[in-house]
Amino acid sequence: MDLKTIIFYVFAALLIFAALRVITARNPVHAALYLVLAFFNAGGLWLTLQAEFLAITLVMVYVGAVMVLFLFVIMMLDIDIKRLRQGFWRNMPLAATLGVLMVAEMALVLSTDYFGPVAFPGTKMGADYSNTRELGRLLFTDYVYPFELASIILLVAIIAAVVLTLRRRKDVKHLDPVQQVAVKHSDRLRVLQMPAEKEGE
Amino acid sequence: MLKNFVMPDLYPAAPELFLVAMACAILLADAFAGASRRWLAPVLTMLTLIGCALITYATFDGTATLTFANMFVDDPLSDFLKLLLYVAIIVVLVYGRDYLAARNLDKGEYYLLLLFATLGMMVMISAYNFLTMYLGLELLSLSLYAMVAIDRDSPRATEAAMKYFVLGALASGLLLYGMSMIYGATGTLELGRVAQTIHEGTTNRTILVFGLVFLVAGVAFKLGVVPFHMWIPDVYHGAPTAVTLLISSAPKLAAFAMALRLLVSGLFGLAEHWQSMLMLMAVLSIGIGNLAAIAQTNIKRMLGYSAISHMGFMLLALMSGVAGAEVDPMALINAYSSALYYIISYVLMSLGAFGMVLLLSRGGYEADNLEDFKGLNKRSPWFALMMAILMFSMAGIPFFVGFFAKFSVLLAAVAAGHVAVVVLAVIFSLIGAYYYLRVVKLMYFDDPVDAASIRAGLDMRLLISLNGLAVALFGLFPDSLMMLCTATLVRSL
Repeated sequence: MDLKTIIFYVFAALLIFAALRVITARNPVHAALYLVLAFFNAGGLWLTLQAEFLAITLVMVYVGAVMVLFLFVIMMLDIDIKRLRQGFWRNMPLAATLGVLMVAEMALVLSTDYFGPVAFPGTKMGADYSNTRELGRLLFTDYVYPFELASIILLVAIIAAVVLTLRRRKDVKHLDPVQQVAVKHSDRLRVLQMPAEKEGE
Repeated sequence: MLKNFVMPDLYPAAPELFLVAMACAILLADAFAGASRRWLAPVLTMLTLIGCALITYATFDGTATLTFANMFVDDPLSDFLKLLLYVAIIVVLVYGRDYLAARNLDKGEYYLLLLFATLGMMVMISAYNFLTMYLGLELLSLSLYAMVAIDRDSPRATEAAMKYFVLGALASGLLLYGMSMIYGATGTLELGRVAQTIHEGTTNRTILVFGLVFLVAGVAFKLGVVPFHMWIPDVYHGAPTAVTLLISSAPKLAAFAMALRLLVSGLFGLAEHWQSMLMLMAVLSIGIGNLAAIAQTNIKRMLGYSAISHMGFMLLALMSGVAGAEVDPMALINAYSSALYYIISYVLMSLGAFGMVLLLSRGGYEADNLEDFKGLNKRSPWFALMMAILMFSMAGIPFFVGFFAKFSVLLAAVAAGHVAVVVLAVIFSLIGAYYYLRVVKLMYFDDPVDAASIRAGLDMRLLISLNGLAVALFGLFPDSLMMLCTATLVRSL
């Protein structure tokens, strides 16, 4: 057993442990933190497969962005863990069946000739090979057209989100600091000339 | 690092690049312009479209050029369809202006979404790769979903947008699944190489046909043909009429290009399989579209069902390209150019019909019920005549453009030997003539419900008159347009 195999088993064992704790931890914050641990281990596994770009993206996107947002949401909400756990054992048979089915499907797919270790034996690249650079090269040369189109689709999503949700509400009382600072004394005080209704009192 | 990199030829994609640059400029200009300069976005949008048309016309060279690693094709067909697309979008802009202003919907974002939808359609028209075709479609669809929901205080518009979004996402999923199957079987996403691989006959045909079913389902949804038509009436009815005008016109050109490129350029080797699918969908669409339209009281819904039957006719032409085992190039070109002719005439009629609905609505009032057309002749004989021309043409009454479109499609179908289908299509068209002629009857023989005079800008009056007269003129002189369609396809396929 060489060092790489040992590293694989360490990462895999930690990954399975963390994943199990995600669904068994009583405290939702702990569950989220275990999910972070699971992502880190999955990233480690990808590193051993020389897929460093996927590893970096997983840590950056999922740990750095998605899970932080997730933790914020969990901390903002007051989650009643007892209510969430109601019906756990009742739903268990269905969930277990679905899980077994998924495992069986994956085993079937991986054992065919199209996929699995036979079809993709894995290529060993030299130490100076960087798949981040290779992906970047492909994205910005051969696939530059679809890449830019995808970015325009994201721009459309931003515009659509703004136009559908931005609401300048008139019924909310708020102060505009710009107008507050720019106020002049003539805006605050108005001198009115009024005719006297009654002479000398 | 980039030793073998060759800069892609940007020249064929010049209109797209110009449009993107202008859209970004309009985005910034509108954000900083403030409320007093709201005219900026529509004017710039109009100039952008005119600029695109000039660039497309100037870069037209009559040959097919591939660029961006063979993902983009610039051939006479794409240039022709793009020019028609700009015209349709400009008409949409002019017809919709007063309507949007009256409802406070003429925000800068509307024009931006319109431009990005146009870009999506241009990408679809020029796609030579499954990937770019899908991305163009998504760009178009996402812009349309947002535009349907742009009147966010209207529950009906929100419901329509939600339905459109969910069903559209499902259809995109089907399309992608089909594409992935074909990629799995052929090992390439490029349409030309897919066709070559299928022609060589070394691929697994079961997987190909399996993928084809999903691909055809996805295309059918975007065209809106039975049994993937459920979204059409609700979206046409719920969307603001100016957006309905857009959905019913320009995207049909792009969907036609998508169908033609996928099925003819890419999967021609599977023609025997997709022809029978298209035949079934065409007959069902013509039947259900025409029958259901009779029961409608809302003209937007009625035109929605009529769109379903029109798309059925277009499919009828697409499936008539190949008869039997041997491929006759003449019959092939005849069938596809009649499909192109049909889609152009449909876009022309649909723009006019929804333009009339927009013309009659005013202020916050929607004139989208059949009742609103009662006695139009007494209110404005000229516009009643225009609407009558459009309805006659849609019904397929001789010597309007719709008649020649239907006639050439039916000729192509008979030449391909589908006589029974043609008989069915004619019977359903006759049934369908009832609801088009009902509109004419309401306009000429009923008394008006409200006698308000028609108020509209000069440009809209002019353009809608031009639109109606074009329908009549192309009907009297159908040859020139037909020859243009044939010439375009001969040089592209």
